[in-house]
Amino acid sequence: MTTLLAILIGFLFSVSIYLLLRRSIVKLVLGLLFLSYATSLLLFVTGGLTVGKPAFVESQTQIASKVVSDPLPQALILTAIVIGFGVAAFAMVLIYRFHRETGTIDMDELSETNQK
Amino acid sequence: MILFLPIIIPLFFVALLIMMRKNLRLQKWLSAIGVLLQLFAAVTIFTEVRASGTIFSQAGNWPAPFGISFFADYTSAIVLIAVSFVALWIHIFSFGAIDRTRQKFGLFVLFQGLLTGINGALLTADIFNLYVWFEVMLISSFVLISLGATKSQLRGAVKYVVMNLFGSALFVSAIGIVYGQLGTLNMADIALKINQQGLNLPLNSAMMLFFIAFGIKAAVFPFYFWLPSSYPAPPVAVTAFLSATLTKVGVYVLIRFYSLFAFHQAEFWQPIIYGIAAITMVSGVIMAASAYDIRKILSFHIISQIGYMIMGLGIFSVFGLAGALYFLVHNMLSKTTAFMSAGLMQQKYGTFDLKKMGNLYRLHPYVAFLFLIPALSLAGIPPTSGFFGKFLLIYAGFSAGAWIVTISALVVSIFTLFSMVKIWNEAIWKPLPEDVPVHDEKRMNRTSVFASSVMAFSSLLFGFAITWFFDVFIRAGEQLVNNQHYINAILNP
Repeated sequence: MTTLLAILIGFLFSVSIYLLLRRSIVKLVLGLLFLSYATSLLLFVTGGLTVGKPAFVESQTQIASKVVSDPLPQALILTAIVIGFGVAAFAMVLIYRFHRETGTIDMDELSETNQK
Repeated sequence: MILFLPIIIPLFFVALLIMMRKNLRLQKWLSAIGVLLQLFAAVTIFTEVRASGTIFSQAGNWPAPFGISFFADYTSAIVLIAVSFVALWIHIFSFGAIDRTRQKFGLFVLFQGLLTGINGALLTADIFNLYVWFEVMLISSFVLISLGATKSQLRGAVKYVVMNLFGSALFVSAIGIVYGQLGTLNMADIALKINQQGLNLPLNSAMMLFFIAFGIKAAVFPFYFWLPSSYPAPPVAVTAFLSATLTKVGVYVLIRFYSLFAFHQAEFWQPIIYGIAAITMVSGVIMAASAYDIRKILSFHIISQIGYMIMGLGIFSVFGLAGALYFLVHNMLSKTTAFMSAGLMQQKYGTFDLKKMGNLYRLHPYVAFLFLIPALSLAGIPPTSGFFGKFLLIYAGFSAGAWIVTISALVVSIFTLFSMVKIWNEAIWKPLPEDVPVHDEKRMNRTSVFASSVMAFSSLLFGFAITWFFDVFIRAGEQLVNNQHYINAILNP
């Protein structure tokens, strides 16, 4: 399972980098979205997968007697997803505004800044 | 508890200022008061650090490796004071230097938001919490760069946003790997575990991911390409603020991570850091030599001077680290003053283009003087702070036997002097070009001139009072060289 997920993470990273390197800024934003999915999945897998075990301790005992799955990576992913969501919203507004001001969605138009 | 104040104060003012958004006058003075309060909190933290060496608190009173720790030693206290001080005067400068529309659309709210993220990143001792503060900082800076939505700003913002989000993704991946390997997020605990077991391959690759993520923020050699197009785009006060805070926090975190974790693999990291430092210095200064826009010249110099700080990090001796930190604070003060005086020139001439300026020495000798101080300081002429910073770094470099990087640092100084002389010749000494209309009616804003004067004076003082500062920075370097200080302070209080 871990191997499969590792391959999936690699695939997601390569998709996102491919999209980031395209000239269209719409694909750029899609690339950013894929990047945040890939990192969330990476966070989830690196903590180690525990199959079929709950992420909490029974209320009578203070210390976990059985194997429990680690809840912390899930909390981290949740935070990362929320942040990624906010940032993606900003990026979408930014490219919308960029399109309205410049009338193009081509990244190569960006290079003008360096020539002035 | 004092450690939470620099985070809570700006957060509170973000909320307060949003409620005051109808009343611009009230908003801007309230915001300045907010930064003043942060400065007081930072000074209090510094005096406590001077009394006891290090201070720390646990969020929510959870014991150390489990809860989120907040920690201050000399390094974080110094950078904290410098950030609050510079932020205060940039606030006052921006009262007259940024147009009303931008101010109305939440400029000061964004300043406070940025400060929340910076202060959090300086004080936290938990890597995931650090990531969260970085995002707070980034989202404020994204809006600050694009606020106003001119074409060049939007272009700069797209590059800036993409590069920094990519950096954040690498940062989170690295956190995931570290957590998977060590099962902890507390920086002191991670350092302790690495001290015991050394850096294995996955951990060292996580360190490389951290290095790239912070390198993008700090704008070091292969990752600086976003900076020249996005920093000069917004109004000059915003550029000054971003250059004094964002890139410097990137350097601060690099110093922190290297001195806590990565120095175990010095034989791998040191050549990389030396190489990057040398190329960053040289390429930044060469790009500056070819530019003819004051903002661009100064922005390229940001890159070049980051190289010096990274060089001090690579040397990793008490003098090297103290020099890197001293240079960092010197750069915050001098670079901000230089940007401010460039802003004043723009108020006079209506442009940043050197070819359309001239004769400032006769028109406004005082502003010419205000530019002279940071220019000499950036070039490293004694007795300014730039001289002492470079002296410390170069002394440390030669004692460590790092010949190539140290000699390139010396050569880069000459080129820095060259671009400063270029600005001086073009804007200040050259007679005004005939085809340029004279703007005798255009006046400089008095509050802005006052704020620039205070910054210039404090940048001078930072050099003149070297004997006092030297002691403080050497202590900071001593604490950084041995990561046991950090571990003991948090895990065995």
